[in-house]
Amino acid sequence: MLSTEDDILRAAEGWRREGRAVALATVIETWGSAPRPVGSHLVIDGDSRFLGSVSGGCVEGEVITEALDVIEDGRPRTLEFGVADETAWRAGLSCGGRIRVFVERID
Amino acid sequence: MRLDTLSALNAERAARRPALIVTDPEDGDQRLVRAAEIAADPLAALLRERLRSGRSGLGEGPDGRPVFVAVHAPPVRLVVVGAVHISQALVPLAAQLGLDLTVIDPRTAFASPERFPGVRLIAEWPDKALEEVGPLDAYTAVAALTHDPKIDDPALIAALRADCAYIGALGSRKTQARRVERLEQAGFDAAVIGRIHAPIGLDIGAVSPAEIALSILAQLVATLRKGCDAAAGR
Repeated sequence: MLSTEDDILRAAEGWRREGRAVALATVIETWGSAPRPVGSHLVIDGDSRFLGSVSGGCVEGEVITEALDVIEDGRPRTLEFGVADETAWRAGLSCGGRIRVFVERID
Repeated sequence: MRLDTLSALNAERAARRPALIVTDPEDGDQRLVRAAEIAADPLAALLRERLRSGRSGLGEGPDGRPVFVAVHAPPVRLVVVGAVHISQALVPLAAQLGLDLTVIDPRTAFASPERFPGVRLIAEWPDKALEEVGPLDAYTAVAALTHDPKIDDPALIAALRADCAYIGALGSRKTQARRVERLEQAGFDAAVIGRIHAPIGLDIGAVSPAEIALSILAQLVATLRKGCDAAAGR
């Protein structure tokens, strides 16, 4: 409503039309105090350039890595991120929330 | 997402028409549903509810499979009638909220770029100015702040006819009582007139122009997020 994902979706379309490989990540579910609401987008191109966000910056790195795989094989997938576990070298959300992110290729 | 689906979605957004993207997160199957297509959709009830609340989220498809519904509602426009002190205070607050703001006032001494730098300003009477703004719709909010019925009333009438998302009018209860009489004479019934928040703004004891601006925007957000009655405390 108040702030929109307009520019990100326009960028996704523009990038694809330029011939770049593009993936779109969307927050589809949140639990607890997730930093970005359901529906938030991150657009990624084949050179790892990105626009938008699906968290406060906590998990974007891993989403971008997965997005490159999605661009490669075209198979959409759903990623889940939870509370940061500092003993594991895994991305996590320091806010204590959990999110699910759907990543798909723009074809 | 297919590029043609993304293009069609962006076209709906550019035209300020709401649209939804329905995705099966398991297999990636996806489709665009334009507002006009909701009634004929197998998920009509779910889509209507999602669009009403403006919230994207997971739901259940007809076969029990999960579906993700992304709501793409147009950005909310705020049309302020009256280039007055409160309107000046509204400018930075509305920008923070991502509202697309236009200020209308036929009195050029009020509607001057010096008083409203960087703001879309239309120094015309509402009927003419609203033509320039583009058709009012359910994603437009109108705040009438001039205290002058000659300027406020035409804007309020246009907002009521267009079923605007939020309508508010400045003025005391006495002013409002006279306004109700005029609108009744113009053919509006009580239920429709009741959509006008007047006196405008949430009751937070606002005194200064900035506080009144805050109370107006708080009421606008409450109306958009919780519905008209909840925002009016009904």
